[in-house]
Amino acid sequence: MGNKSRNLFLIPYVFWIALFVVAPIILVLFYSFRGLDGSFTLSNYQHFFSSTYFQLTLSSFWYAFLITLFTLLISYPTALVLTKMRHKQLWLLLIIVPSWINILLKVYAFLGILGTYGPFNAFLDVIGIGAVQLLFTDFSFVFVSVYIFIPFMILPIFNALDKLNPAFVDASRDLGASSFETFRKVIFPLTINGVKAGCQLVFIPALSLFMITRLIAGNQVITLGTAIEQHFLVTQDWGMGSTIAVFLIIAMIIIMFLSGNRKWGLTSGKKA
Amino acid sequence: MKRLTTAFIVVVVASASLIFLANHLNASQGMGGSGTITVFNWGDYIDDELIDQFEEETGIRVVYETFDSNEAMLAKIQQGGTSYDIAVPSEYTIAKMAEDDLLIELNHDQLPNMTHLNPDFMDLSFDPGNKYSIPYFWGTVGIVYNTEMIDDIDFTSWDDLWSEELKNDILLVDGAREIMGMSLNSLGYSLNTLDRAELQEAKAKLQTLSPNIKAIVGDEIKMLIGNGEAPVGVVWSGEAADIMYENEALDYAVPEEGSNLWFDNMVIPRTADNIEGAHAFINFMLDPENAAQNAEYVGYSTPNLSAFELLPEEVSGDERFYPAPELTDRLEVYDNLGREMLAYYNELFLEFKIDLR
Repeated sequence: MGNKSRNLFLIPYVFWIALFVVAPIILVLFYSFRGLDGSFTLSNYQHFFSSTYFQLTLSSFWYAFLITLFTLLISYPTALVLTKMRHKQLWLLLIIVPSWINILLKVYAFLGILGTYGPFNAFLDVIGIGAVQLLFTDFSFVFVSVYIFIPFMILPIFNALDKLNPAFVDASRDLGASSFETFRKVIFPLTINGVKAGCQLVFIPALSLFMITRLIAGNQVITLGTAIEQHFLVTQDWGMGSTIAVFLIIAMIIIMFLSGNRKWGLTSGKKA
Repeated sequence: MKRLTTAFIVVVVASASLIFLANHLNASQGMGGSGTITVFNWGDYIDDELIDQFEEETGIRVVYETFDSNEAMLAKIQQGGTSYDIAVPSEYTIAKMAEDDLLIELNHDQLPNMTHLNPDFMDLSFDPGNKYSIPYFWGTVGIVYNTEMIDDIDFTSWDDLWSEELKNDILLVDGAREIMGMSLNSLGYSLNTLDRAELQEAKAKLQTLSPNIKAIVGDEIKMLIGNGEAPVGVVWSGEAADIMYENEALDYAVPEEGSNLWFDNMVIPRTADNIEGAHAFINFMLDPENAAQNAEYVGYSTPNLSAFELLPEEVSGDERFYPAPELTDRLEVYDNLGREMLAYYNELFLEFKIDLR
């Protein structure tokens, strides 16, 4: 294929990226410098560094960290087991299926499940613990978020594990390493890219969750996403909302930089 | 390359013919023509029979669309894709829309049934002289509570919410104006105050309510209170009426210190095509019999005095939804505070939410 026609094929993508990636970011940046009266100002940034938003940022990061950590702790062993199964693609599919269901529906389902008269509490009652308040706690917030993010963590880890050449593991065992040592020195380092990709896919959205904070946590937990939603919809203070969004973008760039990997572990599931 | 070009042409031709077909269909349905009006209202907020009746009487076809928040409605009207002839926003949104020049002035000569409206609900601060809007329904903000779970508090005062036995029992709606207003009212201040010291005081008082607050939620509050998830909720009267209809143990009270009086008003947005038809629709809805029928169906309070007299005694005599004049005098309508003050209300509410735990 000639260079010319290749450039021709590029046109739609360039347009797409310009319209839906570059332009929105520029707009967000632009609005972040606008005050309530529409003038150019730095006051939004000044405001962001006040105690309110600082506290909000800290708590958002803390919860996003907890969510990512628990998601990883559950997903890695699951992915490891999955790769050892006979019908692994089928099992993987079963784990992915819940992510096809609208997130709002799933969250609403949890309202019922975790409620005072829900099955979860009925179970606790039967085994003698007695009903406890689950809804509107930070526990339920982290629990539901982890549930929702698990597929996004499992997929890249599964792909990384699946591509791992079993000869490395065999060699490690042959040379006398215990299973734990093999995992620590061979399996985990070789799949670290999958882990990084998974963490990015979870951590960034977890920073800006807002629906779950209201529905499941009843605003007992609030994140930067809550503040953005409120500024855009209620206050109509697009400037402040954009400023918070700019900080989310910066946070994202920092995290991508720190976890700096170029491979996303998302390529085909075929063995290398 | 050739195949790509062919594919491109096919797509263009197909889309063009689809657009033509859609236009043709819309035209044959009379959409956008002079014989129809498009009404944009809240969900489940009209008796459908009245729409049929209106179509029969006037020969104007009604296209009915619904929205679930003032903000969503405003966004669609600003964007201007559909020619809405009637919309039913709440009072603070009307003020905003009037400011942004999104409304058409009403011609009162075409609305003879206006005389039936209760003068108390006319000429209010958000729309002086009813230049742009005609009241559709009204209501209050108050406390809905489960009498089976709470039997010794009657919520005649906002301060009852602060009582120690209600620990972790209260649900609040996620609205800065409502919740800040409730705290301001409990302190005896106006819920439209522009005094930052009063607002700080209200926020401080609100923070002492934290141990009693179970959650701050959105529309789910209806479901949660209805299911008995929490015994007490601060809600709009209309939502209370909805769930009281389903759960008999629930009762509703408007505290005596005063509260918010809200309105949903009919307006004609700038997007309107059929201004005459829109006036006919408003006038039709103001007819006492129609308004009474609508009020009975929807269950909200009607601002139409003649219709109110037509309502059965058990509805019109219900002081929870048609409060006595002594109380109505203490109710306040939200003023348009201006962006800066509104941002300040929200800022304080956000700070309160951050410190909730």
